[in-house]
Amino acid sequence: MTTPALHVKDLRKTYGNGVEALKGVSLTVEQGDFFALLGPNGAGKSTLIGILSSLVNASSGEAEVFGVSIHKNRSAAMQLIGLVPQEINFNQFEKPFDICVNQAGFYGIGRAEASVRAEKYLKELRLWDKAHHQARMLSGGMKRRLMIARAMMNEPRLLILDEPTAGVDIEIRRSMWQFVSGINAAGTTVILTTHYLEEAEQLCRNIAIIDHGRIVKNTTMKSLLSTLDVETFVLDVATVPGTLPVLPGVTLRPIDDHTIEAEMSRAHDLNSLFSSLSAHGVTVTSMRNKANRLEELFVRLVEQGREADA
Amino acid sequence: MSTSTNLVALGTLVRREVARILRIWTQTLIPPAITMTLYFVIFGKLIGSRIGVMHGFTYMQYIVPGLVMMSIITNSYGNISSSFFGAKFGRFVEEMLVSPMPNWVILLGYVTGAVARGVIVGALVLVIALFFTDLNVAHPLITVLSVILGATVFSLAGFVNAVFAKKFDDIALVPTFVLTPLTYLGGVFYSVDLLGEPWRSISMVNPILYMVNAFRFGVLGVSDVQIGTAFAVMLVFVVGLSALALHLLKRGVGLRS
Repeated sequence: MTTPALHVKDLRKTYGNGVEALKGVSLTVEQGDFFALLGPNGAGKSTLIGILSSLVNASSGEAEVFGVSIHKNRSAAMQLIGLVPQEINFNQFEKPFDICVNQAGFYGIGRAEASVRAEKYLKELRLWDKAHHQARMLSGGMKRRLMIARAMMNEPRLLILDEPTAGVDIEIRRSMWQFVSGINAAGTTVILTTHYLEEAEQLCRNIAIIDHGRIVKNTTMKSLLSTLDVETFVLDVATVPGTLPVLPGVTLRPIDDHTIEAEMSRAHDLNSLFSSLSAHGVTVTSMRNKANRLEELFVRLVEQGREADA
Repeated sequence: MSTSTNLVALGTLVRREVARILRIWTQTLIPPAITMTLYFVIFGKLIGSRIGVMHGFTYMQYIVPGLVMMSIITNSYGNISSSFFGAKFGRFVEEMLVSPMPNWVILLGYVTGAVARGVIVGALVLVIALFFTDLNVAHPLITVLSVILGATVFSLAGFVNAVFAKKFDDIALVPTFVLTPLTYLGGVFYSVDLLGEPWRSISMVNPILYMVNAFRFGVLGVSDVQIGTAFAVMLVFVVGLSALALHLLKRGVGLRS
């Protein structure tokens, strides 16, 4: 059995103001995984990432990266981690090339090797033409990509991405995920937090949902999605009839003259829905999910957790 | 981290600090040079010509070491406090905190950068002084050691200030209300032998007095205090402030939650 990339056991954090951000979090991320850590704002994600990157001191508990304790052997553990934080945290008056080379230097990587790596990652993240401009002149998306390039300078075995695509347009987001998927395929373990749940669904193999400082779900993405028993589809139709047909296992609601919402259990197949609608003279021109599947589950799990707390 | 990787990290940090000093040279190097030129003109030339000999030197010659040391102290302090607090404020201190760099490398890197600025500014002021008077360095080794130790003491003090600071005002308070008065009352412009009691005894608890006099002894060969005592005072401050700064870094005061 291989050593997990990350093993967290009963991690707790109470801040000086009494806020209990983590209430005994235990978690294992296997080597090579693309792992989603999801949760609403204030759930404890950033505190957990802060502890893993040694920016936050844990109150108690243990965290190991590839078997190296973050608390007992911080220096060795930090060699293995690359962090892309939520907030921009580089010197905006420095140049991207210098930011990357300096970061490598902080990990003990000599200037010659650091320069090679800086060029490689700035090129891969399509920032090379801005390498010698002041970082403050970069666009929001470029700044996010620069933080990924910087995090790659020590070629980490575990890359932690804390909402890396917040406020980034779709094209840049896709190119970022292409890059991160590539390094994951090459063997780097990736932990991702994001509010774009479709990203997590597409990219991640395993998932943990954290809320109020507790892990409320920790499973594979596949098994989590299989628990979704009801889905809602938005159907674009030629004309919505005056009276909608009554179909067993399906709830139909008119939205406007050309749109119907169909809520149905996963046991019910779409073919019978289309056949029934067709039989009632309703022509479906296109269809989409009302919400992302993971999003529906996420909302449900978080709500369940809150009801249990209440 | 091994010794060699620590040295790479230290070199990176020092290089970054020196690059910062040179990048904003109009803020870091020119203002102290202009200020000290004015001191030389007003206190040295205009007023100093009416003041007699002090410890066997003209007043201009007497105040040059004091003014050089004053620039070294204030610039070392100002450099580290603004640079480290700027890194905290801009959050890029996190680049170092998430790295495997040990705390002593972070401290030594910032202190070396601050000492470098103190030395560069001190050298500039010394060159300017040579336009106004002749100087011969009496004890070169003592001169160099007093510069390094004096700059180190105030770099460490500036670092501690930056660790505790929560806003830019906090790094301006100490220089304004503590450093400047202590410097002016630290024998920069006069010999404490001119003071009557209790002011002479009170002056003896001012650490800057020892730094100014150690440097003055190095340059002119005269001092108001025992040179051994001056170095002992500086060493005690270096050790004490280093221990305090490392303790604060280890606890993560103002840096880690």
